Amino acid sequence: MNGSALVIKNLEKTYAGGTHALRNVSLEVPAGDFFALLGPNGAGKTTLIGVVTGLVSKTGGSVEVFGIDIEKEPERARTMIGLCGQEVNFDPWMKPLDIVVNQAGYYGIPRSAAIPRAKKILEDLGLADKMDQIGFRLSGGMKRRLMIARALIHEPKFLILDEPTAGVDVELRRSMWDYLTALTKRGITILLTTHYLEEAERLAKHVAIINKGEILVNGTMEEILKLHDGSASSGGYGGGKLEEIFVKLTTDSTNSPQDEKN
Amino acid sequence: MPIEKQFISFYTILRKGVIRIFRIWSQTLLPSLVTSVLYFAVFGNILGSRIGELNGVPYILFVVPGLVMLAVITNSFMDVASTFFMSKFFARNIDEILVSPTPPVVIIAGFIMSGVVRGMMVGILVLIVSLFFALPSIAHPFVVLFFLFLSSLVFALAGLVNGIYAKNFDGISIVPTFVLTPLVYLGGVFYSIHSLPPLWQTVSLFNPIFYIINGFRYGFLGTSDVSLATCTLVLIGITIVLLGINQYFIKKGLGLKQ
Repeated sequence: MNGSALVIKNLEKTYAGGTHALRNVSLEVPAGDFFALLGPNGAGKTTLIGVVTGLVSKTGGSVEVFGIDIEKEPERARTMIGLCGQEVNFDPWMKPLDIVVNQAGYYGIPRSAAIPRAKKILEDLGLADKMDQIGFRLSGGMKRRLMIARALIHEPKFLILDEPTAGVDVELRRSMWDYLTALTKRGITILLTTHYLEEAERLAKHVAIINKGEILVNGTMEEILKLHDGSASSGGYGGGKLEEIFVKLTTDSTNSPQDEKN
Repeated sequence: MPIEKQFISFYTILRKGVIRIFRIWSQTLLPSLVTSVLYFAVFGNILGSRIGELNGVPYILFVVPGLVMLAVITNSFMDVASTFFMSKFFARNIDEILVSPTPPVVIIAGFIMSGVVRGMMVGILVLIVSLFFALPSIAHPFVVLFFLFLSSLVFALAGLVNGIYAKNFDGISIVPTFVLTPLVYLGGVFYSIHSLPPLWQTVSLFNPIFYIINGFRYGFLGTSDVSLATCTLVLIGITIVLLGINQYFIKKGLGLKQ
């Protein structure tokens, strides 16, 4: 697949309270890619996703999804995107099948087409026997999978997953990895944020690390892993290479004098 | 978004709202019926027999339209205000719609129509309950239906403004308690403004609920404190203003986007 799924240029976001959440962020996600956006808590990952999906207003810069400017043609851009947010945010009193079918409705898909499609996705995600159970009775992992099903119902070309495996057990997480890998093979571009760096190392082709609203590094997984200098891990914790790079970069940027500029 | 897809989105929002009304019927439909029974019993039968006639009709027949409107107004307002507020504040499931290509006007229409359905449904139920206490005649059935719809629409729109703007649970209860309830009670539910001193008659003319109740009452009795045309024009004007405010809020993301 050619072209870019997401092009972000000089993106700025300052919240009403004065917090400068994104600083001149530029990023490109190639179409068909599995892209990991990594960063510590409060780095700006969710704000960036919020801007791309239209939930957060940007204060500067531009965002294009498959060449469509999200400000000029927001409705067209949104049909391309599926969002699985960080927080579980479906109506807890509704059944999974209804949640997913309703989501299809918001994209203009009639119920007659949405119901079989929703059943198939829920089955694929291992929720076949939970379709008619009230949402709040689902386990944490089931809720996460339901969020992914909801994000996929309108067959988006670009899937954004904001910490989709947070709080999910190892076995389920691995089955979700398989599912996500299969999605990229079908041509769906994935932007993933996660705190599980081994997950990013295993799945992503490209990586960007963000801290304090700035992109620290951005490149292919190979390029990023080459940044590892081979030294022993700090503090005696033997993490993977990506984890070591992540800790070094984010620690360096946190200790940099930028705070004094704010 | 093509118009047929907009309609599907609208239907989805409306369907979800209506299912919710029936799912929690003991919170959405029942309370107004219980309250109305009490009002009809106390104001209609017990006190009404002592009051006698008002505007040439028995007092209970005079208060029936007002009590129906009381239920319609509070239900259409609270349905939209609480549904919208809960979906943005509690579960945050409003994001489901905001990330979709559904245009703001369709989001407004979906939530509003759900409020209109509840308002009209409760209004009709209260009217049915009133039959156990009196047999109100309906002079102009289309006027009754028109005002039932228009008043539900106005207060569903007002509820959406409240739901969008509210930042916490206080914000969702202050308006109904301190604004809506006084306006409803001072809008002529229980009396004709001709029984007020001249100053308060003039003040009543600034109360939009006065026009709703009088237009609706005209549909039943064929008489009201103010002309039907004035009532209709005032309500249509308010509808347009509230529609514009809601469209502006949702398009700008006020209270929704960060």
